[in-house]
Amino acid sequence: MTEFFEFFIRILPDLMKGAGVTLLLTAEGLTAGFILGLSASLARTYANKFWRGLAVGYIEIFRGTPLLMQLFLIYYGLPGLGITFSRGLCAFLALSLNSGAYQAEYLRGSLLAIGDDQMMAGRSIGMSRVKTIWYVILPQALRLAIPAWSNEPVSLLKSTAVVFLIAVPELMAKAKSIAAQTYDPIGTYIAVALVYLAMVYLLDAVLRWMERASRIPGFEMEGKKA
Amino acid sequence: MSNPILETRNLTKIYGQNIIFKDINLKVNEGETIVIIGPSGTGKSTLLRCINLLTANEGGQVFLDGQEITAKNYNEDKVRQQIGMVFQNFLLFNHLTALDNVMIGLLKVKKMSKEQARQKAMEELKRVGLEDRASHYPGQLSGGQQQRVAIARALAMDPRVMLFDEPTSALDPELIGEVLGVMAQLARDHMTMLVVTHEMGFAREVADRIVFMEKGSIVEEGTPDELFYHPKNERTREFLWKITELYGKKEKEQSATA
Repeated sequence: MTEFFEFFIRILPDLMKGAGVTLLLTAEGLTAGFILGLSASLARTYANKFWRGLAVGYIEIFRGTPLLMQLFLIYYGLPGLGITFSRGLCAFLALSLNSGAYQAEYLRGSLLAIGDDQMMAGRSIGMSRVKTIWYVILPQALRLAIPAWSNEPVSLLKSTAVVFLIAVPELMAKAKSIAAQTYDPIGTYIAVALVYLAMVYLLDAVLRWMERASRIPGFEMEGKKA
Repeated sequence: MSNPILETRNLTKIYGQNIIFKDINLKVNEGETIVIIGPSGTGKSTLLRCINLLTANEGGQVFLDGQEITAKNYNEDKVRQQIGMVFQNFLLFNHLTALDNVMIGLLKVKKMSKEQARQKAMEELKRVGLEDRASHYPGQLSGGQQQRVAIARALAMDPRVMLFDEPTSALDPELIGEVLGVMAQLARDHMTMLVVTHEMGFAREVADRIVFMEKGSIVEEGTPDELFYHPKNERTREFLWKITELYGKKEKEQSATA
């Protein structure tokens, strides 16, 4: 046990560098994915046929195929069409596009739950559709989405591990090289697991705080009676 | 007779194969309170929604102050500022306090300054007797209070006409009185109102005219006296007999407690 502990302390600085990249990829993917997902969910719920079709196509394709395949298509496939991005950008693109598709579905669910009634109420005092969506529906839908959406940051954090396959120096990539250098794969991967667990734990704490802070007094969405 | 403030001409609504209502001709004069009664499913609520353009019509016209608001490209957001609406299920904005519910239209539609909007919103809350509930969220208010906030929200836009779509149907019996009280006061203040309701006591005492609708058309209209005591149409008589039977007991209890 002390042996592992010493080993852990020794490799920790290197692991933290990787963990930093992992967190950065997660934050970037989550943010860009949120913007994409929000746009796609709004398009799928409120837009005309053309935009709705586009949104549905995007969501189905990126939810229906493996992240790894999407990553390889961007990294190995696009150069064939004369488009070459850096590894980091490829990782960012794949993660945000993939996350966006999932986030779109979480958000769409709560947009539908808020429903036509609030739209009608907004329109009834002379607000336009866009204003009603922005000032009335979204503030409620986003709150409603938080519990289900909370899966996404955690899931994305772990999904970032695949980008080590295109040699982006995140946590898993670091782990692989440390394991090779120290000839201690078991110790290394257990250490990596602990770092992932710690990150997920922190993320969960932030998400729970978000859920509490956004609660509307007197409006208990979970406790709603049937 | 003066020009009506609101008028429908041959207004018709069809869903698929179903004719919801057909050729509705209705005139509402300024300051008048008109109550629409009739069995469920006769298109009363849909009629209100067609009047403020929340639902498209399949024929006919609606005029507000002599202007055809059903004309193509007429600005419907402008129309709805002038025709306030109160819904059966209140439909307050759940993420906003009572005050913010009333203010949001003033801020985002009328583009008032925050200070002006707050002042105006407080006045409207006072008008419905809820100034002390300004910072409560809808979830913290009773149904009757929520409905009064909804009335204040609509009034804040200074509408020319107010539409009420069964405003007390979703309320517990003991909360109906406070909402009807606010509406009766509005009528006394000469707000022009079009009210769909099953509250016959309210209809008899507050309405200037009652319109009886059935199966998508207007069967009979007249003063409360004419309809309640001298209905011309057999169907009107039957409906009123049935509904006073149903609601009469409750009303007696209410007036006893009031």
